[in-house]
Amino acid sequence: MEKMIYLDNAATTRTAPEVVNAMLPYFTEHYGNPSSIYGFAAANKEVVSKQRERIAEVLGAKANEIYFTAGGTESDNWALIATAEAYEGKGKHIITSKIEHHAILHTCEYLEKRGYEVTYLDVDENGLVDPADVEKAIREDTILVSIMYANNEIGSIQPIREIGEITHRHGVLFHTDAVQAFCQVPINVDECHIDMLSASGHKLNGPKGIGFLYIRKGVKIRSFIHGGAQERKRRAGTENVPGIVGLGKAVELASGSMAERAEKERELRDYLISRIEKEIPYCRLNGDREKRLPNNVNFSFRFIEGESMLIMLDMKGICASSGSACTSGSLDPSHVLLAIGLPHEIAHGSLRMTLGADTSKEDLDYVVEQLKEIIEQLRGMSPLYEDFVKKQK
Amino acid sequence: MYTEKVMDHFQHPRNVGEIENASGVGTVGNAKCGDIMRIYLDIDENQIIRDVKFKTFGCGAAVATSSMATELVKGKNIQEAMQVTNKAVMEALDGLPPVKVHCSLLAEEAIHAALWDYAEKNGIKIEGLEKPKSDIHEGEEEEEEDY
Repeated sequence: MEKMIYLDNAATTRTAPEVVNAMLPYFTEHYGNPSSIYGFAAANKEVVSKQRERIAEVLGAKANEIYFTAGGTESDNWALIATAEAYEGKGKHIITSKIEHHAILHTCEYLEKRGYEVTYLDVDENGLVDPADVEKAIREDTILVSIMYANNEIGSIQPIREIGEITHRHGVLFHTDAVQAFCQVPINVDECHIDMLSASGHKLNGPKGIGFLYIRKGVKIRSFIHGGAQERKRRAGTENVPGIVGLGKAVELASGSMAERAEKERELRDYLISRIEKEIPYCRLNGDREKRLPNNVNFSFRFIEGESMLIMLDMKGICASSGSACTSGSLDPSHVLLAIGLPHEIAHGSLRMTLGADTSKEDLDYVVEQLKEIIEQLRGMSPLYEDFVKKQK
Repeated sequence: MYTEKVMDHFQHPRNVGEIENASGVGTVGNAKCGDIMRIYLDIDENQIIRDVKFKTFGCGAAVATSSMATELVKGKNIQEAMQVTNKAVMEALDGLPPVKVHCSLLAEEAIHAALWDYAEKNGIKIEGLEKPKSDIHEGEEEEEEDY
């Protein structure tokens, strides 16, 4: 294979060389435990604090409101489970949406089995939550609203500020899973009344296995991982110093280049969308056209199935993903695509392409050409297409 | 995740297409679950499968099993075609990942459905052949308890 075109940056990203370089000394030279007394190790405490400050600044938060975790999934689990336990005296009702990541949805199911009640809000055909629905769903015993900042599959950006104003007015905690949105779009936790926010390093050219949970000062959330006194006694375990340094560097780079990168990606994204819409019949753009992550493209192609498409794209050196059942490991296609109202057979034919900082227009031209051939080939062997063509006649 | 044989049959599927005025046509699966297979049989007066074509909507394994199943029944008589089970299709492909085993069941069902159609059209009975289910996932519940 001559060249690989990586269009799966929502799955993970390449760790930036600057990030790797920043991390390396913390494996070999500065390997000390930040909790130790002697100078060479204690210096790492400073290093960790510095990354905390750096991240807090990007969110308009305070450094002591940033808690390092092992990634987005842990942050989501922590935010939900620990709040549920801490506030069960007030009530046992949680509000979320039908298009959350499984890190939220499966945690909600876990809580339901333990006596909590969860309201799963519908989204519209573009994958957007209506803030009015949030307000309607709030009850006396509601303790938490958790709505993702932007969706990982279809890229829809939620009305977070409006939702935050509502939860704030009702005195209900507001958590947002910002794993896809952080450093992709500007976020200010005060302006949006966000009480907790999850983010992950490897979605922004940082390392895997590191993330953070922002917890607004005053939110009484319990420790999730028990043990030592790290992270203000709220998240035990020796700090992943190389990971934290890598995350800090990645945030520095990604937040610094955000405006410029987003503009470039948005232009390429819209170019890819318009070429596909013009050149490939029977397709549908999934997600909102405007309120959309700058790097997300998601289409459904009728009459064909996603996994076949992915394998054929892979043979052409193109990496992408799909919401078909065969890629989810179950018989059902993606819950997100079903929630926006797609029939099963159309959801099975979905393709997500997520651009990165180094995606070029030439890459996308190549992708469109290959995609046209692949879709034609797969439709040629599809009984659904055969029936459709016969009906047209 | 797939064997070389599966990849070969996926990339170069044998016998894709339709047969006009086929002796028997069978369509199984459903779009809801993401796989549909249609098999066309051309059967001569000696009950030999002269030609076979398929169309499949589905994943790589679904396409590969359809392709292999058509290869296995081509030139056989209808009794021999009845012996082409999902196991035979899987073995011929050097195996399938566990989550894809249902694809090979689909191929067996598609052949049976096409044979059933042929038998009905000709008013004959084929030993061991039962009326195909309209949906191969009927009654199939795969719920795993986690936590």
